Amino acid sequence: MFDLSFGLLPPAIVELIIEATRQTLYMVAVSGVLGTLLGLPLGVFLATSRKGELFAAPLANQMLGLVVNAARSTPFIILVVAIIPFTRLVAGTSIGTHAAIVPLTVAAAPFIARLIEAAIREVDQGLVEAARAMGASPLQIVAKVLLPEALPAITLALTLAAVSLLGYSAMVGAVGGGGLGDLGIRFGYQRFMPEVMAAVVIVLILLVQGVQTLGDLLARRLDKRSRS
Amino acid sequence: MNAPITLTTPSVQDPSPARPPAPATRPIIRFEAAAKAYPARRGHASVAALSDITLDVPEGAILGVIGRSGAGKSTLIRLVNGLEKPTAGRVTVDGVDMGALDEAALRAERRSIGMIFQHFNLLARRTAFDNVALPLEIAGLPAREIKARVEPLLELVGLSDKRDRYPAELSGGQKQRVGIARALATRPRVLLSDEATSALDPETTNQILALLRKVNAELNLTVLLITHEMAVIKAVADRVAVIDGGRIVEEGATYDVFAAPQHATTRSFLSALTGQSLPPELANRLTAEPAPGRDAVLRIVFTGSHATDPVLSRVSRLLSVDVNIIQAQVDEIAGAPFGVIVVSIPGDAATVAAVVGAVERLHLSAEVLGYV
Repeated sequence: MFDLSFGLLPPAIVELIIEATRQTLYMVAVSGVLGTLLGLPLGVFLATSRKGELFAAPLANQMLGLVVNAARSTPFIILVVAIIPFTRLVAGTSIGTHAAIVPLTVAAAPFIARLIEAAIREVDQGLVEAARAMGASPLQIVAKVLLPEALPAITLALTLAAVSLLGYSAMVGAVGGGGLGDLGIRFGYQRFMPEVMAAVVIVLILLVQGVQTLGDLLARRLDKRSRS
Repeated sequence: MNAPITLTTPSVQDPSPARPPAPATRPIIRFEAAAKAYPARRGHASVAALSDITLDVPEGAILGVIGRSGAGKSTLIRLVNGLEKPTAGRVTVDGVDMGALDEAALRAERRSIGMIFQHFNLLARRTAFDNVALPLEIAGLPAREIKARVEPLLELVGLSDKRDRYPAELSGGQKQRVGIARALATRPRVLLSDEATSALDPETTNQILALLRKVNAELNLTVLLITHEMAVIKAVADRVAVIDGGRIVEEGATYDVFAAPQHATTRSFLSALTGQSLPPELANRLTAEPAPGRDAVLRIVFTGSHATDPVLSRVSRLLSVDVNIIQAQVDEIAGAPFGVIVVSIPGDAATVAAVVGAVERLHLSAEVLGYV
């Protein structure tokens, strides 16, 4: 097999890094998708439920806001440990890569909800008024005005969330989640193998760069405001 | 500016303009003692945005509401499509009380009322075509019918070649054309225009106003527009209502209001347009009292079919009075000629009375502004 480390690392370690990268990508992708599925409706609700807004429910808005803030202020490593019973309930086990998806999703959803809320609040209120004047229902306003107009901002928000999840995923080694962060701690730090640590960091940098570049490109494609 | 001193009532003897205002048909929009107050909040008393608004918009007419910012005109126009609800009185469109509808009925009713906006409010991620299609998508029309309706509309507003352009690629005037096409997509009976030309330059403003006239005439569309510019009223409105402090202070056919404004707010709006304001140098010297050796300053308003009569030369010849023209402006309002001329004549009471009498016998109005 082609040696990706150009002979700097033993093949067994290269093998480990590839496996850890695969685990990291798997965790980030699945928790990113699940977190978006949960966070998107929450974000839409947060952005449209204050007093006088489309789905005005100020009390529910405040309650949800509190829950989201509480989840977001809990350090991720503590969240991982604190929700172990819940993780076991959902995943059947509390250790391993699959199980790690549960705390990652729980951390991502409120974060994504806030990002989506911010993206939707950026949409000009004049567009909402125009849609109301056309006779649009609140759901139509969300589907035809708010989400499409916020799409470039939402794309950037999800890119940011994916990058954050890459960082979070490094901590799930604490519950046997595996992945690049876990590898870096166990081999690079605990076994004094700085070259492994360096390799892990380089792979993470490349991943983050890749995700960010892709997100920026997509957002620019979607944004029709700055042409000509 | 000094308040003009009115010695004669500025009544128009012959108010019939060359082109009659909108034919007297039944009103399609009615404000019946409508009021809007915003409830008191902690530390603030309740605010009355509109008080006792009674106003009829005849079917097929263009009625302009003019007022300064904060006068309540935005609230007034939003009462018509139920974006705001009156706290007293009623606003009806074609007999339907807009304030009494539930949300679902209101949404259905709004499809017969188009609206255009100062900042266009186009969706940045939709092309011109898709922006015009939006109200039809909302109404649930099938794609084929949407296409069949949108293309003639783009043609009507002169943007067929821009159908696939995004708003960022269009000029302000083109954006407002898309806004107008969008507002017409559901074939409304009423068009609301919320400062639609305030963000445009004068030339583009005229093009957009001409387009409004065109759709008004071709589609028999009733237009209610709000603006802070008298030039907009002059260019398109059949009727004008002047709003100040949440109340309508003057209302009538545009020509009549321009010819004989009754309220100070109206006069101040008109001052820049129709020679209602005197040159500052003259205004400063103007006094209310006649005195020997002083000249009287007289404003003569030419209206209706007499707007083109050679009045000055006739007066000068008949009375052997020297008439000195200080300021003159001839204009066209709602398609009829309209002129204002400010002259000075010898200031003795007999001459003034003779000239005013002669002018009024010619079915024009004359007003003594003061003496210099």
